Amino acid sequence: MSNNPDVMPKKQFLSLQIDLKKFEKATEEEKTQHETMRESTTFFRDGMRKLRKNPLAMISLVVLFCLVMTIIIVPMFYPYSYEQMITVNGKRDKTAKNLAPFTYSKNELKAIEEGQEIFPHIFGTDELCRDYFIRVLYGARVSLAVGLFASLIVLVIGLLYGSVSGYFGGKVDMVMMRIVDIIYSLPDTLMVILLSVVLTQVLGTSLQGTALAKVGTNMISLFVVFGVLYWVGMARLVRGQILSIKTNEYVLAARAMGAKPGRIIRRHILPNCMSVIFISVALQIPSAIFTESFLSFIGLGVQAPMPSLGSLANAARGGMQSYPYKMVFPALFICLIVLSFNLLGDGLRDAFDPKLRR
Amino acid sequence: MSTPLLQVKDLCTSFNVDSGEVRAVNGISFNLEKGKVLGIVGESGSGKSVTAYSIMRILVEPGRITGGQILFNGEDIVKYSKKQMREFRGKRVSIIFQDPMTSLNPVYTIGNQLREAILLHTDRNRKEANARALEMLQLVGVNDPEKRLKQYPYELSGGMRQRVMIAMALACEPDILIADEPTTALDVTIQAQILELMQELQKKMGMAIIMITHDLGVIADMCDEIIVMYAGRICERGTADAIFYNPRHEYTKGLMRSIPRLDSHHERLIPIAGSPVDLTNMPKGCAFASRCDACMKVCLTELPEEFWVAKDHLASCWRNVKDGVILPCNPDAKEQVTWQDLGVKYPFDMKDDEGA
Amino acid sequence: MLKYTVKRVLLAVVTVFIISAITFFAMNAIPGGPFSKEKAPDPAVQAMLEARFNLDKPVPQQFVIYLGNLLHGDFGISLKTGRDISQIITEKFAVSAKLGGMAAGFAIVLGLILGSVAALCRNRWPDRLIIFLTTLFVSVPSFILATILLLVFALTLKWVGVFSANNPNYVLPVISLMLYPMSYITRLTKSSMLDVLGQDYIRTARAKGVRDSLVIFKHALRNALIPVITYVGPMVAYILTGSMVVETVFTIGGLGTEFVRSINNQDYPMIMATTIFLAVLMVVATLVSDMVYKLVDPKITFD
Repeated sequence: MSNNPDVMPKKQFLSLQIDLKKFEKATEEEKTQHETMRESTTFFRDGMRKLRKNPLAMISLVVLFCLVMTIIIVPMFYPYSYEQMITVNGKRDKTAKNLAPFTYSKNELKAIEEGQEIFPHIFGTDELCRDYFIRVLYGARVSLAVGLFASLIVLVIGLLYGSVSGYFGGKVDMVMMRIVDIIYSLPDTLMVILLSVVLTQVLGTSLQGTALAKVGTNMISLFVVFGVLYWVGMARLVRGQILSIKTNEYVLAARAMGAKPGRIIRRHILPNCMSVIFISVALQIPSAIFTESFLSFIGLGVQAPMPSLGSLANAARGGMQSYPYKMVFPALFICLIVLSFNLLGDGLRDAFDPKLRR
Repeated sequence: MSTPLLQVKDLCTSFNVDSGEVRAVNGISFNLEKGKVLGIVGESGSGKSVTAYSIMRILVEPGRITGGQILFNGEDIVKYSKKQMREFRGKRVSIIFQDPMTSLNPVYTIGNQLREAILLHTDRNRKEANARALEMLQLVGVNDPEKRLKQYPYELSGGMRQRVMIAMALACEPDILIADEPTTALDVTIQAQILELMQELQKKMGMAIIMITHDLGVIADMCDEIIVMYAGRICERGTADAIFYNPRHEYTKGLMRSIPRLDSHHERLIPIAGSPVDLTNMPKGCAFASRCDACMKVCLTELPEEFWVAKDHLASCWRNVKDGVILPCNPDAKEQVTWQDLGVKYPFDMKDDEGA
Repeated sequence: MLKYTVKRVLLAVVTVFIISAITFFAMNAIPGGPFSKEKAPDPAVQAMLEARFNLDKPVPQQFVIYLGNLLHGDFGISLKTGRDISQIITEKFAVSAKLGGMAAGFAIVLGLILGSVAALCRNRWPDRLIIFLTTLFVSVPSFILATILLLVFALTLKWVGVFSANNPNYVLPVISLMLYPMSYITRLTKSSMLDVLGQDYIRTARAKGVRDSLVIFKHALRNALIPVITYVGPMVAYILTGSMVVETVFTIGGLGTEFVRSINNQDYPMIMATTIFLAVLMVVATLVSDMVYKLVDPKITFD
C-alpha cells in the first residue's frame, strides 16, 4: 500500500464517542431532504434565466419596447401630420421650412405672441415645412413594419417549404432542395434591385386606385422579392432541424402509433425547432430593414410622401452640411432598431440555441 | 521510505460557472510509485478526468486548482511557472485522451505532430526526430509507419489514431503516462489490443501509468492499486483484488453490481439508482448518501473518514464502523480489530437491514 | 473531389444561366420598351431600331441572341450615352475593383486579427469592446456610415481629403466599405476560434508542452481560418453591392455609381448588363471560395 501516514485517518477510532442512534438506518424522508435538489428547469425557463442575465439583450428589449410604444401611441396625440405642411391659424405656414429642432417659424412666433400655444418641433422641420419628428416616427413605423412583415413572409414560406421537404425526405426533398440551392446561389441584393426595378414599372400602373396603392409599388415589390428570394435560408434551417429531430425516438414512436404527418410536424417537430427559428426571425428583421434602406438609397424605396427611415436619411444627404440633424435623427433610429434587434438576436441565440449549450 | 514519484495532496479543483462553483475535485490525496499502475475509477462527473488535467495543469477556463499540492519528485508543480510547466508536460508526464478521433490536429500530418513533441523536449534535429517518430510508430504497432507519417489523421482508423496518440505520448519517455479513458471510444476488439499494447509498453519502458476509466473490469488486471472516486472525493482505495472481491463502500458495491460478469449470467445487473450529486451544492455528510440503500443517519450529517478495512484497503463509508470491520490506524497490524476487541459489546442488531 | 467540382461548376453555370434569364425576361416585362412609340421620332426609325436590336423577333429568340452576344463579350449599348456597354464596364470596373480589393484586403486582415484577439480575451474588456463595436458597425446602413464619415472626417475635421478625380483619396471610401465585412469576419473568426480552442487536439498540443503562442498560431488559427474561407464569396457580393453606395456617396466614378445612375435613368440595357456582370462575379467568387474550402479542410473526406 503506497499511502503515506499523511493520508491516514488521524482520529483514533477508540476515542470516538459513539452515538448509537446515529447508526440507525435513515428514513427515505431524511434521504430526500438531504439531497440538495438541482433546481429543475425546463429548456425555456433556463433560457429565460440566461437571457435575463444578459444586460445587452435586456436593454435592447426595453429599448425596442419603448420604441414600439412610442411609434404606436405618440402619433395619436401628436398635433402634426407626417404628410402635411404645418399650419398656423388654419393657414399653411411657408416660413416653417428647415427649422432646427425646438425652434419656431416667424408665423408661429407671431401666434405665440398672440397667446396661442404651439407644440414645439422636437426634431425641427423638413424642406416641405413638415414636422420632422412625426416624419421620423412614421419612418420608424414603416421600417419596422417592413422588417416584421418581410420576416413574416420569410417565416411562413420557409417554414412550409422546409417542413414539407424535411419531413418527406427522399426524392421530394432532393428536388425541393435543388431548387433552394439555385435560389440560394442567386446574388440576393442584385436580384432585389432588379426585381424592384421591374416590379415598380410593372405594378406601377395596375395598382392605381386600389388599397395597395398607398403602400406603394416599391414596398410591394420589396415584399415580393423577400417572398421569392429570402425564404431559402429559413427553409434550409427548418429542413435541417426537422431532419435531425425526425430520427429521434419520440417521433418514431408517434409515427408507429399512426399519427398523421401534419400532426407529427405540428405537435412534435415544430415545438422542438421553435427556438432556432425564432432566433433566425429576430435576426431577419434588421436585415429586412437594411435592405429597405438600401433600396431607398438607390431610389427604389417607399413611395413619397410616406417616409421610411432609409428614405429620410437618404433625402437628408443633400443638405448634409447645412442640416446635419436631418441625417442624424433617422440614422439614430435605424441604428437603434437594428442594433437592438441584433443584440437581442445574439442574446436569444446564446440563451436558447441548443448547439451552444453545454 | 523514499519519496514517491508523484504525490497528490488534498487536491481541490473547481470550475466557476454561472450557477456557482462546481467542485469537481474535492480534496483528494494519493501517491504513485515509480513504474506502478494506478487505476482511477468512477462514473462520469466524478472528477477523474479533472484530476488528470490538474496533474498536467491543462485545465481550461473557468477551471482552476483551488488548493492542495501536486508533488513530482518532491517538487510542487502547482507552483511551477508556465515555462517550467511546458518542460514538464510531455517530457515528465504525458497524457492520452479518450477520443482519438478528435485528439489529433486535422490539418497537420501524423509525422508533423509526432515530430513536434520530440523536437520540443529533446535535442534531436529534424531528421533524428523523424527517425524517432518512425521508431515510435513501429513500437506501437502501426503498420506501414513510413506512409503513416505523411498521412493526415482523417486517413487513419480510430484504433490507429489511438496508437499514434500513445506513440506521441511516449516519444519523450515520460515518467508517468496518464491514460484518460483510452479505450472508451473504441470498438471492443480494439480496446483489448490497446490495453495489451499499453501493458507491453509499460513493461518495456517502465513508466508509471495512471489509468482512468469508468469501467472497473477493463483495468482490473493491470492495476497495482485502484482508487474509486465519487463526486470529487475518493471513496475507496486498495489493491485490485481487494476492491473487486471485497468492496467496502456502498458505491463501489453498486459499481460491481452494475458490471456484467460472464460467470453469473442468471444474476441481474443492478443499476445504481438516482443521479450524481450537484457539485455546486455539495450536501453535508457522505455525497453518496441519497443514492445509498444502506444509508444511515450519520451518513447524512458527517463526512466519513477513510477507514482502514484491511491492510491494503481503505474505504470512506460509515458502514464499516457499523459492521465492526475496522482497523486501528496502523496498517501493519495484521489482524482485524472488531468491536469485541475494543471491549465493546457489538451494539448493532444486524438483522434490521441485512439482506434488505 | 472531382465529382464535387463538377457538381459545383454545373450549379454555377445553371445559376448564371438563370440569372441571365431572369434579368432578360424581367427587363422585357417592363411595359414600354426602350424604343417605345413616344420616344421614337418616327415609325420608320423605330422599325429600323427594332430590327437593329432584334426587337421584331419573338422574345425567346431575342434571349438566345442576347446570350450569344454575351458569350462574345457583346453587352449591347447604353441607351443614355450610346456607348458600348462592355467598354463602360471594363473601364469603370477597374476603379471599383481597386476600391473593393483594398476594402476586402483590409477587412480580412483586420477581421482575423480582431476576431482572434476577441477569442483569446474572451469575456474580458477587449473582447467586449470588439464585439460591441462590430455589432454597432453591422447595425449602420452603409450609406449612412459613409455619409457620416464623409461629413465628420473630410468636411468638418478635414483630416482626410475628399475623393476627387485629381486627388483620389481612398481612405474614407475603403473604411466605409470595409467595416461591415470586417465586423462579420471578426465575429466569424471569434466563434470559429473559440470552437477550435475547445477542441481536443488543442488540449493534446498543450499536453505536449507546446507554448501558448504556438498553440494559437500553429494549432488553432489554421483550423479557425477554414470556416472564414466560406465567407469570401458572400463578402465579394457584399462589396460589389456596397460599392454602389460608397461610390455614389463619395462620387467615385466606378461601376457602382454607373449602376445606380442607370437605375435612375432607366437605362435598361445597362442595368441588364451590369446585373449579369456583377452576378457572374459573385457566383464565381462563391464557387472559388467553396472549392478552396473543400481543398483546405482535411476533415471532409472527398466522396
